[in-house]
Amino acid sequence: MSEKIKSWPGTPLGEKEIKEKRILVTEWQPNLKYAWDTGAGYGRDFAELKKGKIVGTKCNKCRRTLLPARLFCEWCFRTADEWVYLKDTGTVNTFSVAYTGTAAERLKVPRIPALIEIDGSGGVAIMHLISDVDPWKVKIGMKVKAVWKPKQKREGAITDIDYWKPI
Amino acid sequence: MRKVAVVGAGMTKFMRRAQETGKELAWETAKLALDSCELTVKDVDCVVMGTAPDAFDMVHMKHEYLSDGAGAWRKPYVRGVLGGGTGVFTACQAWYHVASGMFDVCLAVTEEKMSSCLPHPQGAFVTCWDQFTESPLGTSLLWFFAWEMNRYMTSHGITEREIALVSVKNKKNALHHPCAQLPGEITVDDVMKSEIMAWPVKRLDVSPTSDGAAVLVFASEEVAKRITDRPVWVQGVGWCLDTMYIGQRDLYYPKYVEYAARMAYDMAGIKDPRREIDIAEPYDPFSYKELHHGEGLLLCDKGEAVRLLVDGETQKTGRQPWCPSGGALGVGNAIAATGVMKVAELFWQLRGEAGERQVPGRPRRGVAQAWGDEMQVGTVVVLGV
Ligand SMILES: [Zn+2]
Repeated sequence: MSEKIKSWPGTPLGEKEIKEKRILVTEWQPNLKYAWDTGAGYGRDFAELKKGKIVGTKCNKCRRTLLPARLFCEWCFRTADEWVYLKDTGTVNTFSVAYTGTAAERLKVPRIPALIEIDGSGGVAIMHLISDVDPWKVKIGMKVKAVWKPKQKREGAITDIDYWKPI
Repeated sequence: MRKVAVVGAGMTKFMRRAQETGKELAWETAKLALDSCELTVKDVDCVVMGTAPDAFDMVHMKHEYLSDGAGAWRKPYVRGVLGGGTGVFTACQAWYHVASGMFDVCLAVTEEKMSSCLPHPQGAFVTCWDQFTESPLGTSLLWFFAWEMNRYMTSHGITEREIALVSVKNKKNALHHPCAQLPGEITVDDVMKSEIMAWPVKRLDVSPTSDGAAVLVFASEEVAKRITDRPVWVQGVGWCLDTMYIGQRDLYYPKYVEYAARMAYDMAGIKDPRREIDIAEPYDPFSYKELHHGEGLLLCDKGEAVRLLVDGETQKTGRQPWCPSGGALGVGNAIAATGVMKVAELFWQLRGEAGERQVPGRPRRGVAQAWGDEMQVGTVVVLGV
């Protein structure tokens, strides 16, 4: 009863109390390590990336391209039918000019994360980064092409594509 | 299914950092909510807990840690997790515990303590993306919102300045909320001049991270009629999850919110939500989200929410106020607790107890909604008197 409650619990603390150590805290920094198996679907996906190719799978029932490549169609709930090679060009579906990093830290040079519809996939987009362009010139609908890392530097990962560049 | 009422509510202040532990926040709030309807923990038959990622506190199985503060010991107890959608889902979950006939009184406790995670709780999200195709890109949570806002704006030809009006409205509404963390009188120019986080998202488009708790008491019709002459009925609940493959849905529209809303409206017998709902609390962790979610809640056509906003229809004194509480943008965003704060706002508004926030015209029905998981879950509750 908002009107009837006269006193609301909670004691707000400011930056000052924390910096001056006026409150007691116990700190802990986890040091954990995990190894995630790529599985059969992504395994093939990444092996192809290492070769400089983008691959998807196809469900012949709904005729969708499944990207990132995976072994089953979640809508039809059936096994995917085939592997298909896609182009390394695409269209910007949406993008951002990001001045904050993973832990909300400020970045001096903005990054341009984007969703890119891969050519030949029927409009399915993947998450990646655009670079080598004035960030304020990027537009939804812009055509882009993958810039691959040199062969010897590829490791079978999504980052084997260094970035995407407008064409 | 039995009729279920909300009979009590309580919350803490929402704060950047609370001195209290999560357990203490849960306890203070649970006690406040029970006191508000003159029940004790002995009257509680079961407890549901809503609290979002464990990684905020790095207390694994946080619901166990919070359980004594939630009054859960020697009672059936369960936690539901739908990320940012958790809070409103906790109300759905409490509803079915009572509606099923298994329990007469259910305590729904939500708590969040985001400040424990240093330097910023956003870092805790690093492992919630696909660990092969997304996280290696150095993914930031803000990217998702920026992509969605950009897609939404571009699809409908909406401007950043128009969207900024949501922050202006909600922070102003929050001036009258006794628990608000970031209320204020700001202008569209203030929003436009605030620093770019991930364009088009600017600092004043974003809700703050918060510590806080919010609790509701749910009761069967029989109990509700015995303990209060002003029960607020749960008329509808709904929830729905969409694809996690972000590149396989068009971000311009939250279809999962529409599905959840249709489920709740069908249950409530609502045919035309634009006319049959008096107040709405769409989830507004970002300014554009209030508009995006309002459309998903079928409160207007796609792309039209901004017209309602500009025309003043969603103001506190407008035809259908949105976020009269002040929302996540003004009150704060203690994830799961914010969802329940929104349901609590409906409860107070429908009982005419919202004080200076009270919307005119004796509202009779309201909808609250939250959104979360991998940005593709919608949770909806309709309350009415
Ligand atoms: Zn299929």
